[in-house]
Amino acid sequence: MPFIPNSEVERKAMLEVIGKGSVEELFSDIPASRRFPPLKLPDGISELEVLKEIEALSAKNLGAGQAAWFLGAGAYNHFIPSIVPALASRGEFLTAYTPYQPEVSQGTLQAIFEYQSMAAELLGMAVVNASHYDGATALAEAILMAWKIDEARKRILLPADIHPEYKDVVKTYFSSFDVEIVEYKGAPETAPVDGLTACLVAAYPSFSGEIYPLEAGAKKAHDSGALFIVQADPIMCAILKSPGAQGADIVVAEGQCLGNSMNFGGPYLGMMGTTVKFMRKMPGRIVGEAKDHDGRRGFVLTLTAREQHIRREKAVSNICSNQGLVMLQACIYMAAMGSKGMEMVASLCNDKAHYAASRIAEIPGFKVVTKSFFKEFLVSTPKPAADIYAALVKKHIVPGLPLSRYDASRTKELLVCVTEMNTKADIDRLAAALKEVSA
Amino acid sequence: MNLIQEPLVFELTSPGLIGCSLPDSDVPKASLPAGLVRESLALPELDELTVVRHFTKLSQKNYSIDTHFYPLGSCTMKYNPRANETAAAMAGWRNAHPLAGDAQSQGAIELIYKLQTSLAEIGGFAAVSLQPAAGAHGELSGVLMIRDYLRAKGQTQRTKMLIPDSAHGTNPASCTMAGFVTQTIPSGRDGNIDLKALKAALDDSVAGIMITNPNTLGLFERNITKIAKMVHEAGGLVYGDGANMNALTGVFKPGKSGIDVMHFNLHKTFSTPHGGGGPGAGMVGAVKELVPYLPGPVAIRKGGKYALLMPEFSIGKVKAFYGNFGVLIRAYTYVRMQGANGMRRIAENSVLNANYLRARLEKAYKLKYTRTCMHEFVAMGDIAPGIHTLDIAKRLIDYGFHPPTIYFPLIVPEALMIEPTETESKRNLDAFADAMLAIAEEARTNPELLHQAPSTTPVGRMDEVAAARSPVLCYRG
Repeated sequence: MPFIPNSEVERKAMLEVIGKGSVEELFSDIPASRRFPPLKLPDGISELEVLKEIEALSAKNLGAGQAAWFLGAGAYNHFIPSIVPALASRGEFLTAYTPYQPEVSQGTLQAIFEYQSMAAELLGMAVVNASHYDGATALAEAILMAWKIDEARKRILLPADIHPEYKDVVKTYFSSFDVEIVEYKGAPETAPVDGLTACLVAAYPSFSGEIYPLEAGAKKAHDSGALFIVQADPIMCAILKSPGAQGADIVVAEGQCLGNSMNFGGPYLGMMGTTVKFMRKMPGRIVGEAKDHDGRRGFVLTLTAREQHIRREKAVSNICSNQGLVMLQACIYMAAMGSKGMEMVASLCNDKAHYAASRIAEIPGFKVVTKSFFKEFLVSTPKPAADIYAALVKKHIVPGLPLSRYDASRTKELLVCVTEMNTKADIDRLAAALKEVSA
Repeated sequence: MNLIQEPLVFELTSPGLIGCSLPDSDVPKASLPAGLVRESLALPELDELTVVRHFTKLSQKNYSIDTHFYPLGSCTMKYNPRANETAAAMAGWRNAHPLAGDAQSQGAIELIYKLQTSLAEIGGFAAVSLQPAAGAHGELSGVLMIRDYLRAKGQTQRTKMLIPDSAHGTNPASCTMAGFVTQTIPSGRDGNIDLKALKAALDDSVAGIMITNPNTLGLFERNITKIAKMVHEAGGLVYGDGANMNALTGVFKPGKSGIDVMHFNLHKTFSTPHGGGGPGAGMVGAVKELVPYLPGPVAIRKGGKYALLMPEFSIGKVKAFYGNFGVLIRAYTYVRMQGANGMRRIAENSVLNANYLRARLEKAYKLKYTRTCMHEFVAMGDIAPGIHTLDIAKRLIDYGFHPPTIYFPLIVPEALMIEPTETESKRNLDAFADAMLAIAEEARTNPELLHQAPSTTPVGRMDEVAAARSPVLCYRG
């Protein structure tokens, strides 16, 4: 085994220093009847064999790259420049720990500070933290944060048209608390905000792709003393007004689309930002600028008095890690794309999605339901969308998400996503195939 | 280490540059929603090489396992095999979409299933869920399972969770998120849970106890089966914090010894990289009675096919999709390479290494508990007048070692918590011990060396108080 660097000779010498005759003696605190139980695991195999086995397993999936890919719904197929994984996989980043010792962690700390700064600009917030597990848990923690500011406010307004898994995660996170989660339909300003509302949540865009302007919702929330939380698409924010510019108090987002692969759903990047007013209420790790004793600029983990290792049961959250490497990939991605690249990617998504929508709308029996959208839109289909999906997968086209996956009653709805990865030829193929299977 | 100050990425900007190339649009231009068009986006603008050099230089300002010995207690900074990275980077995983459907995702679900089975066997549990994204997330899942199980039994008055004073800070924070109130149980003189104090706390409001074993003193909880029996008889459940599982793989099965629910940190025991803070993965395992409450979905095998299924009384979803899948690939790769023998070898060598370091250091550094330790031990840094643990930690950096975990656990004053892991050679351990002994000598003969340390890093000790008082959390131009 190449991972154990001591041979019998060294082990014996070490045992002598310890004053024990055998390694087994080191385990005498463990009840004898339970010590060294048999393990029913296959024997260890070599790296060569393991990689072959895992390669064969991975080949059993149908992935983007093998098909024309129009499935998004919370996990997005975007281009990742080669330098993103190349730089993020450097051992000095990959195998470092949480930067608790700033003198030997300036690389990680400065990268987090740069991520925070670029993400804050993109989302329009004053402060962004060093990340949560994913977009869904970031949303749940943002709502927890809003509620904890005034626990007497027990109403949480959630859009009915937000990702169903995000809704589920929010429900799990609040399952211990006496709050009322109320779903509302349509634009955020139509939500029933009252004096007992902790927060109004808006999706930008909604799960079915609808873009609602946010300002009226922000005003309505603030007029009642509630916080306004926005769950946003970070790439869309490159060309549309940021949630911060429209009055959001907390913004959360799934940052996977920023330079990270789809990876069958994880690890992803929960982005969270807030205003100066609420920054000391925000959960999660935060990096700040500091000076050393010689006045040199450096970076440290800061505002730690909010966190679990200090506040224990009184902490805002139990979160202890962040999505370090995923965040780093997003950081390198944003640096490489820059303002221009981000705008180009966003424009390509917008243009191609609208082209795809126009082609699909031409097909008899199909209707584009979403009115104002960016890269994703809902289509009503003449046949069950799950059947269409199955038929198109055989042609190596993954046409989108049949909504019946989440709600059995919504049989004839397909959520279609188009990104810069899809060529016009792909889109034309999709349209032709949809027409063919529905004829 | 790269000692030269590296500008912020914003300070390297040259307006008009771009660090990537994208195709021209092949479709007509579409309009944007009126009134919502963004006017400006002030991200940096750099060419590709500048981006490469910037992040390469930043990386060189880090200590890491690849470059330095990293004896952080309770963090298990073992070698992260590169095979894990090769496996996780395969196109068949990277391009797999979580909603492609079970039929299109058989490889991914099979991997989840096989890792579930392996980890359940290692922990002695009836089943596990790989949903939690981190250790603290696993804790939250586990205590929610306990809550729902007790609710189902009509035991809603059980609102109190017992937590030993040596526990991680996440334990009490997780309990609060699950609606429990916490009560601290003190440690006895041997560093284990004080049984008298435990007995006194066991009334009918007790939901359970959260036990880290080995505990954060690096000591095995010798009375573990007795404690579990006491708690069970009082109607409570036992939660196991598996942060320190590296001492027990192939040596002890918590699920067969009274632990009802437990998380493992795959980024510790199962060698997935820490990545400067994450992503981790915090599998949660359960004994038979608690299996229906696991967070879902979990992978099942039926008629030769693999599928994802929500357990019957699941606490629900704790994150979107299926856990930190990319981390799970790495852990699975590691488990396949290790096998049954490898698992025991991990624990044996990590405990041997820790005891060797303990033996080499105990004359110069006081130990509050002198028992044989498991994978880590806690020494004290007040070795000379005016010298604190922080000084020793910082001086170690000048010798080329990452400091141990310091000032934790809270119950040991001036704590230095040292975990070498099984992947360090005797040669490295000796070099570290020699440095620690040299520092102990310096503490007496030239304490200024310690107070001024580190002097070999890009920055010296930072003014963290000022940073928190007037925080600068974002580039301001």
